[in-house]
Amino acid sequence: MISVKNLKKTFGELEVLRDINVEIKEKEVVVVIGPSGSGKSTFIRCLNRIEDITDGHVYIEGTDISNKKVNINKVRTDVGMVFQQFNLFPHKTVLENIMLSPMVVRKWKKKDAEEKALALLRKVGLEDKAGVYPESLSGGQKQRVAIARALCMEPKVMLFDEPTSALDPEMVGEVLEVMKQLAQEGMTMIVVTHEMGFAREVGDRVLFMDGGYIVEEAKPDDIFSNPKEERTKAFLSKVL
Amino acid sequence: MDFRWEIISEYLPFFMRGLGYTILASLIGFLIGALIGLVIGMGKSLSNPILRLPFIWYVNIFRGTPLLVQIFLIHFAVMPIFIKPPEPLISLIVALALNSAAYIAEIFRAGINSIDKGQREAAYSLGMSHAQVLRHVVLPQAFKRMIPPLGNEFIVLVKDSSLGAVIAAPELFYWGRVAVGAYSRVWEPYLAVAVLYFVVCLVLSYVQSFLERKYATDDQRKKPKKNLRRTRGTAGH
Ligand SMILES: Nc1ncnc2c1ncn2[C@@H]1O[C@H](COP(=O)(O)OP(=O)(O)OP(=O)(O)O)[C@@H](O)[C@H]1O
Ligand SMILES: [Mg+2]
Repeated sequence: MISVKNLKKTFGELEVLRDINVEIKEKEVVVVIGPSGSGKSTFIRCLNRIEDITDGHVYIEGTDISNKKVNINKVRTDVGMVFQQFNLFPHKTVLENIMLSPMVVRKWKKKDAEEKALALLRKVGLEDKAGVYPESLSGGQKQRVAIARALCMEPKVMLFDEPTSALDPEMVGEVLEVMKQLAQEGMTMIVVTHEMGFAREVGDRVLFMDGGYIVEEAKPDDIFSNPKEERTKAFLSKVL
Repeated sequence: MDFRWEIISEYLPFFMRGLGYTILASLIGFLIGALIGLVIGMGKSLSNPILRLPFIWYVNIFRGTPLLVQIFLIHFAVMPIFIKPPEPLISLIVALALNSAAYIAEIFRAGINSIDKGQREAAYSLGMSHAQVLRHVVLPQAFKRMIPPLGNEFIVLVKDSSLGAVIAAPELFYWGRVAVGAYSRVWEPYLAVAVLYFVVCLVLSYVQSFLERKYATDDQRKKPKKNLRRTRGTAGH
């Protein structure tokens, strides 16, 4: 469903992604780990072209989004994204945040969008917050709304860039719980995270990135208990 | 010193008519200035540096020269090309519009740039087009932040419109000078004029803080502050 071939990304002189190759199958949950500055965010942001692709190819369900002629807005409707900083729209209520894109992009009727949005809020346990503005929510609640907002577009794949890193420790669990449920329902997910417990429990595969490369990839149990590469060992010995 | 109230009461009808023109000239100047300012603000954000240049220099020139000089140039040099003889009130409105456009362009640009880049990224990631992102996410938030500086700009413009007196545009200060000439008294007419400007600006600053509160939703519920001060940078006069 996603295929990345020889992906390169530079910021001016700085080579952030050097040669990334990876295939992601439907319903797979892929967890990306690695030290700070290794290019994890840049990688995941290239998958919906929020970051311009310098070289190489990224195929989303067969569509090569590195091709400038591709209608990227159309592709993005199928690729949900959740950010570390939530990025909820502060001038809209929780419900409006979720309904906005289905209405203006997918042209849903207001009633349908509202119905779907409320169902999603129920799913993430926040139906009572429909009418409030994001400001009055806790970090964990904001992130759950952000997940609901992305889901309302009915995406085929969800990208998460450190969804719990900006949260107080006591709120990490509620967000991971929602993500776990999503994985169980068969959503294809790519998750950048430092939550090794989540990686082990929910991940089908772990990619370890360092210096702009995917240095090692394996099943969670294998990579955590028996890493092959020296750099993976060094990194895991610090975080585990 | 005796204060001759009858001078004020005699000239009050003229002052009120002048005040009407003051408000009219400022308002029309501001509205036209906002339209031109929008175009210039967008022009200044063009990615092509050559296309951007004229917009940048428009702002530089109108902010870097005194409004009084602009009024003279417009009234005595530019307007006679179109209207003979030039009409002072129209010249004043044109000058106020062109001048305020430079400041308003900067207000628009700063307002749009102040919106966090994550807002745009989130909107794009949901599949929105450039126009949809602007329309639904960036502009509504930017507009709220523009209300205070736009309000300040309008208040400044009301006061600056008094420069129209020197080209005999029949606004408030012009009538003050007429009264001074008629009675050879300075205190009464000038004080009356000052009080009228003050009242208008005070009312405007209350309208401004009302709007600010009305549009301040939960992301930025700050205490609105009154502002009669001139907040502009370089254009001294
Ligand atoms: N817009 C940008 N312009 C210039 N350099 C950038 C930009 N975005 C990222 N970088 C640089 O690219 C490198 C990789 O950044 P990236 O955010 O992808 O790392 P990361 O693995 O996500 O790190 P972290 O764990 O800290 O989030 C860093 O050196 C960063 O400074
Ligand atoms: Mg990152």
